[in-house]
Amino acid sequence: MMTSDQRPLSPHLQVYRWQLTSVLSILHRASGVALSVGTILLVWWLGAAADGPTPYAGMQHFLASWLGLLLLFGWSAALFYHLCNGIRHLWWDSGHGFELSTTYATGWTVVAATAVLTIVAWAAGLSGWRH
Amino acid sequence: MAVQRMRSPLGRALGLGSAKEGVGHWWRQRVTALALVPLTLWFVIAVIGLVGADRAAVVAWVKSPLPALMLVLLLVTTFYHAALGLQVVIEDYIHGEAMRVATLLVMRLLCVVFAVRGILAVLTMALAA
Repeated sequence: MMTSDQRPLSPHLQVYRWQLTSVLSILHRASGVALSVGTILLVWWLGAAADGPTPYAGMQHFLASWLGLLLLFGWSAALFYHLCNGIRHLWWDSGHGFELSTTYATGWTVVAATAVLTIVAWAAGLSGWRH
Repeated sequence: MAVQRMRSPLGRALGLGSAKEGVGHWWRQRVTALALVPLTLWFVIAVIGLVGADRAAVVAWVKSPLPALMLVLLLVTTFYHAALGLQVVIEDYIHGEAMRVATLLVMRLLCVVFAVRGILAVLTMALAA
């Protein structure tokens, strides 16, 4: 107990240096929880379409509002992130990619793929909205 | 090995370990994850094609056989995968046993309710005259 008294306890988030690997790990769980709640949007959309024109119009009106678009944007980004990082997890589960340099390379690939997929999906969706 | 002699022959044969469920949860989470990769990609592409569509177009789309099948598979797999993932989060953060069990039950009930609601909506549209 001579040297350990002055040491910070772990985990000690205030002094902990953020790393890509741990941030992506936390984001995987956070996006999973967000998607669990967000998938209610999918059920609401299907339910409104099944129920009739009035419920469907109400849902369309909400989704076209700034709050609806913000929810859809967050939902799509979370979906693409969880999908890409999920594939990274499945690759780990097959016993590959555990070298430190590889975890950073695949981590940044996931970040880039999430951004590209989200932008491409919204560009495709908004261009279809015009007509 | 000493570790193996500590375990009963039945316990070794069942292979369920101290958590009493073996690798079942882990394996189901991976299988549903793998199934969700093509289902999610199909869904995203389909939804982009439906942006701005009115209700009649959505219903007509669901009635064409493949979307109805894919939507039911997507709903079942998504809410199964969500229930498995949320279970781990709840077990990690809720320490009181009564509260943990209650939260797990409510979470699973909600997953089933939303999945059934979604499937009924798809079937209503797919089977309507």
